[in-house]
Amino acid sequence: MVAIVGYGAYVPRYRIKVEEIARMWGDDPASISRGLGIYEKSVPAIDEDTATIAVEAARRAVKSAGIDAGEIGAIYVGSESHPYAVKPTATIVAEAIGATPYLTAADYEFACKAGTAGIQNCMALIKAGMIKYGMAIGADVAQAAPGDALEYTAAAGGVAYIIGKDGIATINETASFTTDTPDFWRREGQPYPGHGERFTGEPAYYRHITNAANLLMEKMGTKPSDYDYAVFHQPNGKFPRRVAKMLGFSDEQIKHGLLCPIIGNTYSGSAMLGLAATLDIAKPGDRIIMVSFGSGAGSDAFDITVTDAIESYPRQNIRKMIEKKQYVDYGLYMKYRGEI
Amino acid sequence: MAVPRYWREIPARYNLIGKRCKVCGRVYFPPRNICPVCRRKSVGQMEDYKLKGTGVVESYTIIHVPPPHFEGEEPYIMALIKLDEGPYVTGQIVECDEKDVHIGMRVRATFRKIMEDGEKGAIYYGYKFVKEEE
Ligand SMILES: [Zn+2]
Repeated sequence: MVAIVGYGAYVPRYRIKVEEIARMWGDDPASISRGLGIYEKSVPAIDEDTATIAVEAARRAVKSAGIDAGEIGAIYVGSESHPYAVKPTATIVAEAIGATPYLTAADYEFACKAGTAGIQNCMALIKAGMIKYGMAIGADVAQAAPGDALEYTAAAGGVAYIIGKDGIATINETASFTTDTPDFWRREGQPYPGHGERFTGEPAYYRHITNAANLLMEKMGTKPSDYDYAVFHQPNGKFPRRVAKMLGFSDEQIKHGLLCPIIGNTYSGSAMLGLAATLDIAKPGDRIIMVSFGSGAGSDAFDITVTDAIESYPRQNIRKMIEKKQYVDYGLYMKYRGEI
Repeated sequence: MAVPRYWREIPARYNLIGKRCKVCGRVYFPPRNICPVCRRKSVGQMEDYKLKGTGVVESYTIIHVPPPHFEGEEPYIMALIKLDEGPYVTGQIVECDEKDVHIGMRVRATFRKIMEDGEKGAIYYGYKFVKEEE
């Protein structure tokens, strides 16, 4: 068996409202907010980056799980905003949680789904009996060019999962769907990503998520109504609602894990944070489907059953953490982003 | 800062690992190899000791003209903090309005970027402090 032993999340305290960004560029705030299904997004402080966010999330996960960090045999950090081009974020995390030196570690990149690729690798290492615990992190401080449509959603946050044999939620199965689809990219040395505009929806997000989800349900012999909760990658507030409907999931099933409207798109953190917010309120026996999406493109789907151990687990209450916020104006936002 | 020095100090900077004298029980941060109280008796008796990272603001100052590598962060708060285990450390307090900081305020350590050695150099991480939530 493979299970989630613990989780920890971190979202920076600062927020900027969609209307503040819209005001800057002369866009209509109400139509932007409606169109994207988002009200505000998280902003990292000037001294926060993917490494510091990953460390905060990892420390919370270790503390909640109550394990000895020295027993973590693998750490994978998925991000598209690693602070170094060469020099792993995973080693910084490993040192900061006291997991060094007897472990394997690496950084992963796959747009917004590098973190779930890390979960799959940990699952494989656990199943093979190679490690006792593995840690998979999805964390990002997403970049967007000033004035680009992505500026409304590109946010910061991260989450760490400890994977082991037994825990608070059993991972029953995983399935992936991957193709070469140039919907979104960032060339080496370029500060901001490029994207295929309208190309991002149908052939990328919807196609990969529906295929991965259907493949998983086919493998498990399940249908949407068998799940208590569903979590999909959240590039905005609209796409996950629409993909849920396409697959046959209700708004009720996805609402607890839908964080994008209040924190924005945390890229590698997105679906995994939604899952964490769902675990925060789940009961023993609840069944959850999570499907990530990374541009380029691919989706990883997971079938999860919450165990009795969740009752005694010190849950973090991610929504409460998100409520502790402080608004910044566009000028301060640019300063924190290092633009001025 | 030189990379070798930063590397040597990583346990202290990331995890507040100091030293505890096994003879008298005093805790030292930054770490010391000899206890200044027990002196010769403490040789070989200094063990690694991880501080909790919680403490109280003893005094503070608002930096308006920062040293090189810290430009752009001003104004920021530098404080002298008495850690619960006894040692004093100097550190930045973040996510706190300069009007809200006060002597006696409870703080806890957090993990932040301390400085970047230019655009091409290493990035140095370590502890800063935030107000402890009740
Ligand atoms: Zn002594």
